[in-house]
Amino acid sequence: MVQQVETISHETEAHGTHHEMSFWEKYILSVDHKIIGLQYLFTGLFMAAIGGYFAYAFRMQLAFPGAEVPLFGYVDPAKFNMLVTNHGTIMIFWVAMPVLIAAFGNWMIPLMIGCDDMVFPRLNRLSYQIFLASALVLILSFFVEGGGFGGAWTSYPPLSAAAEYNLTNWGASLWLLAVALEIVAFLLGGINFITTTMNARAPGMGMMDIPIVIWMIDIAVILFMASVGPLIAGAVMLFFDQRLGTSFFLPSGGGDPLLWEHLFWFFGHPEVYVVLLPTMGIVAEIITVFSRKKLFGYRTILYTAFGTGGLSFIVWAHHQFVAGIDPRMANVFVVTTILISIPIAEMLFSYIATLYGGSIEFTTPMLWALSFLVSFLIGGVTGIYLGASALDVYFHDSYFVIAHFHYTFFPITIIGMFAAMTFWFPKMFGRMMDETLNKIHFWGTFIPFNGLFLPLFLVGMAGQHRRISDFTQYPDLASPDLQGIRIFATVSLLIMLLFQFVFIYNFFNSMFKGKKALMNPWRATTLEWTIPSPPPHGNFAEMPTVYRGPYEYSVPGHDEDYWPQHIPPKSNV
Amino acid sequence: MSTHGPIATHRTATGIPTGRLAVWWLLASEIFIFGGLIMCFLLFKFNNAPGFEDASMTSTAAGAFNTFVLLTSSLTIVLAHAASERGDTSASFRYIWFTIGGGLVFMLVKTYEYSTKILLGHTLTDNIFWSFYYTATGLHALHVFGGMVIMAIISFDVRKNYNLQRVELIGIYWHFVDIIWIFLFPILYIANF
Repeated sequence: MVQQVETISHETEAHGTHHEMSFWEKYILSVDHKIIGLQYLFTGLFMAAIGGYFAYAFRMQLAFPGAEVPLFGYVDPAKFNMLVTNHGTIMIFWVAMPVLIAAFGNWMIPLMIGCDDMVFPRLNRLSYQIFLASALVLILSFFVEGGGFGGAWTSYPPLSAAAEYNLTNWGASLWLLAVALEIVAFLLGGINFITTTMNARAPGMGMMDIPIVIWMIDIAVILFMASVGPLIAGAVMLFFDQRLGTSFFLPSGGGDPLLWEHLFWFFGHPEVYVVLLPTMGIVAEIITVFSRKKLFGYRTILYTAFGTGGLSFIVWAHHQFVAGIDPRMANVFVVTTILISIPIAEMLFSYIATLYGGSIEFTTPMLWALSFLVSFLIGGVTGIYLGASALDVYFHDSYFVIAHFHYTFFPITIIGMFAAMTFWFPKMFGRMMDETLNKIHFWGTFIPFNGLFLPLFLVGMAGQHRRISDFTQYPDLASPDLQGIRIFATVSLLIMLLFQFVFIYNFFNSMFKGKKALMNPWRATTLEWTIPSPPPHGNFAEMPTVYRGPYEYSVPGHDEDYWPQHIPPKSNV
Repeated sequence: MSTHGPIATHRTATGIPTGRLAVWWLLASEIFIFGGLIMCFLLFKFNNAPGFEDASMTSTAAGAFNTFVLLTSSLTIVLAHAASERGDTSASFRYIWFTIGGGLVFMLVKTYEYSTKILLGHTLTDNIFWSFYYTATGLHALHVFGGMVIMAIISFDVRKNYNLQRVELIGIYWHFVDIIWIFLFPILYIANF
């Protein structure tokens, strides 16, 4: 019966392609998962440019306090707060999530599980449109009277709850509205992602034949769904506090500001794993392809991802050790926080075991994947320091924290994004990227990244607080040594930002003028490499059937060193 | 089922129809929203926040009546589903409109309750209890209203013998709205601890 349905809809599809679509129909109002994926990708990259510009402005202020920043102007303390707040918000909600989950999820889920689209194409389009609206609301919030919100991406009340405290009456509410819309977009998109993976798999593809990146995206979506609910309730309450005069979080009216911190971090900590897991999946795909080896411990990686996800719900209060929570409760959260490093470490060991003994090819995606493992390791290890409540009392809100989470989020978001873009570029645009320029861009990003954030551990240990825009007023922190470190970090950032132009040039130049890509340039096994690059509307000319797991590389007795999922075993030929 | 749309929509690798699966996931995410809100309410309550003695002022009788109405409307949507399974689309159409009627009675009682409380001066900003009362019941009422609108749209499709599986989907959703009320009713109307 299923077969029948497939033939019928396939015929209608074939007729549909004759109809000439306008630019508007094809790229703006499309319900094709590939186009929606690109919409998410380009919106995410545009927002990344804004986030990077904000980082540039406040890093310049920190290195050269009081100076006119070229292309920005003078950064006064209010502007500084607005810049750091929105830098954080943008990079998490409008870069990491849309690019890693929505863009690559949209592109890869239907292709890798062997079907023609998401199960709900129109819901998918609606999800993007709400996301776009959320981005526009956030950008609008920078231009209203009073300027953008400056109360940190964590938006702690009472500061965030009352205009007389935060002085950004509309900025604060628009910020909250933008985040709420973004959450709605991802809930809708997430339902589509999970349902598609569960129901639309190609015949023969069992649960354990799904490529690991798809698993990771789906686990991330479920984590998001389960953690964000209380924050939605909290956001409604905070919005009522701001606009309708309730006092859920205002002590003056009997409310409790600490409650918001619990609601926020109950979401905020799983959120780290929401963005981490997709990158873990991307890296798994890349290292197996370029080691020409089967992924070590497919099930182990999967179970550690479940373990991490489960544990991530009971670690949130490690963000609040100095917020006035009961010290006995803090002890519990120290234990759970340190525990969560076990499944993550196990996952990293599986990746290293995959590399061990492989025929490694140092292509650009592989360099990005390896650099992810190295730098995320530093982020993870420094997290153990912060997870211990005794040490956290000193480190809290210092640049040590900043350096720590940038060693997690930068590898996750930026390195993960470049890894995926350089790996799937041939499939997405049908052309190869210039490998030399790609490598120049890789080193020009990876070295300054360390030059930027390693020094911040030092200033953090010296006691530099994260929410101060001008350290010249603090004698202990105004020493030339510390200022030298700050200037070094800022110069590293400038170098890193300049090297991004190499990527932008390479990206667009290769898109139109690059060498034509073959169907399967990396000799990979998963289903997206069995169709033309770029894939046509409807993806598969003939719907594939799956015969084996996704990582059959260097199988003894097989002629080639890779064995794609859709090729029938010899006995059947 | 129609053969409209991509092949993906018509596949069922799990054996569960895609629409039903999606509704379950939607409700899963809703549980965490209402769960978070109810959790916050209980935390305030057990910390003896001021104003919670006002719980005695909500009308238990009105709440109980609404519980009865909502549960009865859940019965009629089940009957609508059973009728559509039998292929009796006109009975299904009728039962869907009984359910919408139940929702309407619920909303009217809610309006009466809100207006009497507001006239007594217990507005959204009166104290934390009333803030929670209006936020929680308001969010729930929005779900009731949304369900009614969707049911009305579905009912006309049903009459044309089209998309009959959607009666079951809206039924699952309607039960969920009931269950939320089953949690809200005791904590806002009965409990006065």
